[in-house]
Amino acid sequence: MEKFKTLTATAIPLDIENVDTDQIIPARFLKVTNRDGFGQNLFRDWRFQKDGSVNTNFVLNQPQFDGPILVAGDNFGCGSSREHAAWALTDYGFKVIVSSFFADIFKGNALNNGLLPVQVSPEFLKELMTTIQADPRTKITVDLEAQTIGVDGSNHSEAFEIDAYKKTCMINGYDDIDYLLSKKETIEAFEKTLQAY
Amino acid sequence: MGKTLFDKVWDAHVVDTIDNGPQILYIDKHLIHEVTSPQAFNELEERNIPVFRPDQIVATADHNTPTINQHLPIKDELSRKQLEQLSENCKKNNITLYELGHKYNGIVHVMAPELGITQPGMTIVCGDSHTSTHGAFGTIAFGIGTSQVAQVFASQCLLLTKPKSLRVSVNGKLKNGVLPKDVILYIISKIGTNAGTGFFCEYAGDVFENMSMEGRMTVCNMSIEMGARGGMIAPDETTFEYVKGRKFAPKGEAFDKKVVYWKTLPTDNNAVFDKEYHFDAEDIEPMLTYGTNPGMGIKISEFIPETSDASFEKALDYMNFKKGETLIDKPINFVFIGSCTNSRIEDFRIAANYIKGKQKADNVTAWLVPGSKQVEAQIIEEGLKAIFDDAGFELRQPGCSACLAMNDDKIPQGEYCVSTSNRNFEGRQGQGARTILASPLMAAATAVEGKIIDITKQLN
Repeated sequence: MEKFKTLTATAIPLDIENVDTDQIIPARFLKVTNRDGFGQNLFRDWRFQKDGSVNTNFVLNQPQFDGPILVAGDNFGCGSSREHAAWALTDYGFKVIVSSFFADIFKGNALNNGLLPVQVSPEFLKELMTTIQADPRTKITVDLEAQTIGVDGSNHSEAFEIDAYKKTCMINGYDDIDYLLSKKETIEAFEKTLQAY
Repeated sequence: MGKTLFDKVWDAHVVDTIDNGPQILYIDKHLIHEVTSPQAFNELEERNIPVFRPDQIVATADHNTPTINQHLPIKDELSRKQLEQLSENCKKNNITLYELGHKYNGIVHVMAPELGITQPGMTIVCGDSHTSTHGAFGTIAFGIGTSQVAQVFASQCLLLTKPKSLRVSVNGKLKNGVLPKDVILYIISKIGTNAGTGFFCEYAGDVFENMSMEGRMTVCNMSIEMGARGGMIAPDETTFEYVKGRKFAPKGEAFDKKVVYWKTLPTDNNAVFDKEYHFDAEDIEPMLTYGTNPGMGIKISEFIPETSDASFEKALDYMNFKKGETLIDKPINFVFIGSCTNSRIEDFRIAANYIKGKQKADNVTAWLVPGSKQVEAQIIEEGLKAIFDDAGFELRQPGCSACLAMNDDKIPQGEYCVSTSNRNFEGRQGQGARTILASPLMAAATAVEGKIIDITKQLN
């Protein structure tokens, strides 16, 4: 897993609530057996019309907006457990998703792929969204060690929460498998005591 | 302070706790399917890690399988390869697989309970968000991502932070024509699609106590649609009776011993939940969704709300519905009865009971997709297939089918589908398809009438 410490970059405002994983990556693209290349179909049915032409109204297709930070509406990543959603976002180039609320499974999947979900207050989200919409060159700084997110050149910033263990994993690029394998003896000992099952 | 059902099952599975961090939770059963497992197998292979407990894994092919001509080679190359990959991975790692055509094949959340793999007090995971279904047995069951599938392969454990507790109680007598699907659609419409995020839900009250296991599975299945990782119902005599005698259920004395343990699981009277909701059964009517998330639901007698909000308006625009209108009399051309929510034998009995002696409307394409080979066999054995055939319905072969439209079972652009599945997201049932979630009874009635009707008027 890639390490993450801090990031200063421009962001893309996706001002839509309840973005579900079927929108992030539609099921018809889940037939492959590896985890590469999902970025080309990220938000497929919003980025492209049915005839394959580009939907110029969709924010990812608007040239003034770019960057590795996606600022999205409330309840991002709801729906299916498909980790393909996190793979599609990272493959497209996103490193941080900012929202006022994340669905559980998506949040876990993102953290397991070095994609940082930053949960901010609804007020701060609104402010971020309007600031970026007004000036697409606005730079946002996400500092994982300090657990803060802020708008560069202004005093607008907010602290965010992250599980301490997950934070260590992100900063060092560790994943859960490494940790669980180091606990194998404890797990085997537990199995012997498991009366119920 | 007393313990909840969730606490009791969770605490019995904690291997270790990291200081100021997550806990290591032991997983009893790991269910896998073709879509979310291949990358996990790849990862283990790349890192040279063996599958730790292959005996505790059960595989089925369901998401990407055709629902006609299952005996023939699969035409779509990618789908065929994905299924072949599952077979190969299971063979290589000594994992039991009920592949396409096997008498135990079916949707993972239908076949596991019917084989007795799912039992009270267990922890069960699967790379599928509707794993919450198994909570109907008093099981901690939840969906996981593919990285976690790999973690369970490697260690039979997951690193998790214990979720908060939520209880939804529904008491009273359900009205005629109100099914378990209506109960859960009602709950989600009241509390919203993210009220359960960060929580594990327990459903309590006499409505759930009086429900069949099939009904309880329908309810728990949709827990994730209100954001909860899982939903549980306390095991009772209905549960024990359902599990007893099934293929992988404990037998004889071993079963009796389990029952003694299972009876200790229900929530203690003095247990406290972090959040509680109470609803009155009499307030529930047959439900329909009008928008693009499962929380956008109304009772059959209600009108689409007049909310002013960009996301709400985007959803209505997609559905081509107007604020303040009723869904009654809307012409419908597609009906789907199936999915891990409503594809069990009871669902088809309900549909057949309504359809018997009637005819499907000419404008409607109606797909009936059983949840498993066993359900399919039972439909035939009980004479339900004959009823469906006579009425012009098409009984297809088991699989996830038009619930997520990964295979060829897609609803065309712009068409409405009254569907017994669990998600009405944009494009879920096919690009541009418009999904209206409902119970199997409402779906059957729509297919017969060719439009949405107020079923309560026919029943009363």
